[in-house]
Amino acid sequence: MNWAFFFEVLIGGLLAGVMYSLVALGFVLIYKASGVFNFAQGSMVFFAALTFVSLTERGMNLWVAMAVTLGVMVVLGIVIERVVLRPLVNQPPITLFMATIGLTFVLEGLSQIVWGSQPHGLELGIPDVPMEWLSKSANINISQFDLFAAGVSGVLVAVLAVFFQKTRIGRALRAVADDHQAALAVGIPLQHIWAIVWAVAGFVALVAGLMWGARNGVQYSLTFVALKALPVLILGGFESIPGAILGGLIIGASEKLAEVYIGPYFGGGIESWFAYVIALLFLLVRPEGLFGEKRIDRV
Amino acid sequence: MSATSAYLSVSNIEVIYDHVILVLKGVSLQVQEGQIVALLGANGAGKTTTLKAISNLLRAERGDVTKGWIEFHGQRIERLTPAELVKRGVVQVMEGRHCFQHLTVEENLLTGAYTRSGGIKEDLEKVYAYFPRLKERRNSQSGYTSGGEQQMTALGRALMARPTMILLDEPSMGLAPQLVEEIFGIVKELNQKEKVSFLLAEQNTHMALKYADYGYILENGRVVMDGRGRSLAENEDVKEFYLGFSSGGRKSFRDVKSYRRRKRWL
Repeated sequence: MNWAFFFEVLIGGLLAGVMYSLVALGFVLIYKASGVFNFAQGSMVFFAALTFVSLTERGMNLWVAMAVTLGVMVVLGIVIERVVLRPLVNQPPITLFMATIGLTFVLEGLSQIVWGSQPHGLELGIPDVPMEWLSKSANINISQFDLFAAGVSGVLVAVLAVFFQKTRIGRALRAVADDHQAALAVGIPLQHIWAIVWAVAGFVALVAGLMWGARNGVQYSLTFVALKALPVLILGGFESIPGAILGGLIIGASEKLAEVYIGPYFGGGIESWFAYVIALLFLLVRPEGLFGEKRIDRV
Repeated sequence: MSATSAYLSVSNIEVIYDHVILVLKGVSLQVQEGQIVALLGANGAGKTTTLKAISNLLRAERGDVTKGWIEFHGQRIERLTPAELVKRGVVQVMEGRHCFQHLTVEENLLTGAYTRSGGIKEDLEKVYAYFPRLKERRNSQSGYTSGGEQQMTALGRALMARPTMILLDEPSMGLAPQLVEEIFGIVKELNQKEKVSFLLAEQNTHMALKYADYGYILENGRVVMDGRGRSLAENEDVKEFYLGFSSGGRKSFRDVKSYRRRKRWL
């Protein structure tokens, strides 16, 4: 067995997995705070990336464009709370889920009406080339861009974890996730909390949109990265930020390894569906995911 | 008793759910400062709805106060959000405890202080002083604590908002008689030491009247009787219908016909 090659595939897979985690994080945030599976997360990623790219193409500085897009995402979060969520307080989760499906179409349509539907290239200034010293010393090719993306995600996760566990707002977010009514009763204003969490999810969508956009180009198919987040969520658990990360790593690594080592027996191309097989098997063993919150049933 | 001198005053409110279901048909009640007032009645009489009308949790359930008004400290409060009411000192402890299951006991208590800042550490210690059991369980997920501990957590969480008025819904639900006694004891203590007024909805009429200064009895969305706690407990009708004994000694349930119940409203 060629170990250098094995590690190259493994590390490449782990880094790709981090990109999945990035998308999964957005789902986790909203699910934690409102118990809603936000179907629109993929289109939020697309919306953010497209807005950013269109601004830079109109000659805006990279950082200014980032700030403006962030602003747009925050406003979007507040508007979603006002228009979509507020009228649906205390409705069953499936109702809210349906509302997010509607939101998906609105966002996809809106972004293409405003910015047009041509694909764009996105250049962040970090080249997608192998690290030279690593390929020379260990004969392993690792993309510089992948490493950068992993670093960004790492920081993002650390910040979010501290935010959720240690701050007053984070505690309130978890309280709302547990019990809307009780949260209302102790004086947590649901509206603010939801606006905050959608704004934060918008921010995460922006980061994911930048990374994925730089990798695959900014086009409509960017919305489908959300589908890749599904197995990650099932593996890691819908409520867990560390779960989203670990789930992403496992999915990314096993997908790439399977493609290389098992793929030939199936005639190749198993990368695109292998993740769902893992998720399916996992559902049988541990439906709440690795770090998901167990339902507490008192008997 | 004039409505203006009352601390909390509910005047002739009507509550409709979903625009069609009329639940409260003109309920009026008053709570004076420092009182414990009991709200009694059978299932579906409107106790919880009355409390939720006051705390404004009603709107989240598609209920609406369509007539009448509610005043706290002489100010109308029926259009405030629950969060604004908590800031003014009115907190509801919901029926069935409603702890945040995945949060620890201590985190549960801290969420109670969401609306304010400063002095939170001291208040936490104060709550632990009233409920030493919670201090022992402070790092357990509250979903895994016992029913009694959850009721204490819910009550402690309400206290963290520094309320002057607690709307307490069925604190005895699902608890052993001994624990019920303990919880009511603490309610009395809070009432006397912390000067918190209570409006208490209860099925357990005997227990509630033992501790309450004043009581209202609801039937079918109307107040059918009210009076001082002691006098209600000695009322013949209350004894018969809510406390389960009557003047004529033991009685077969076959003789208790619904039409024998006197109508007490117009």
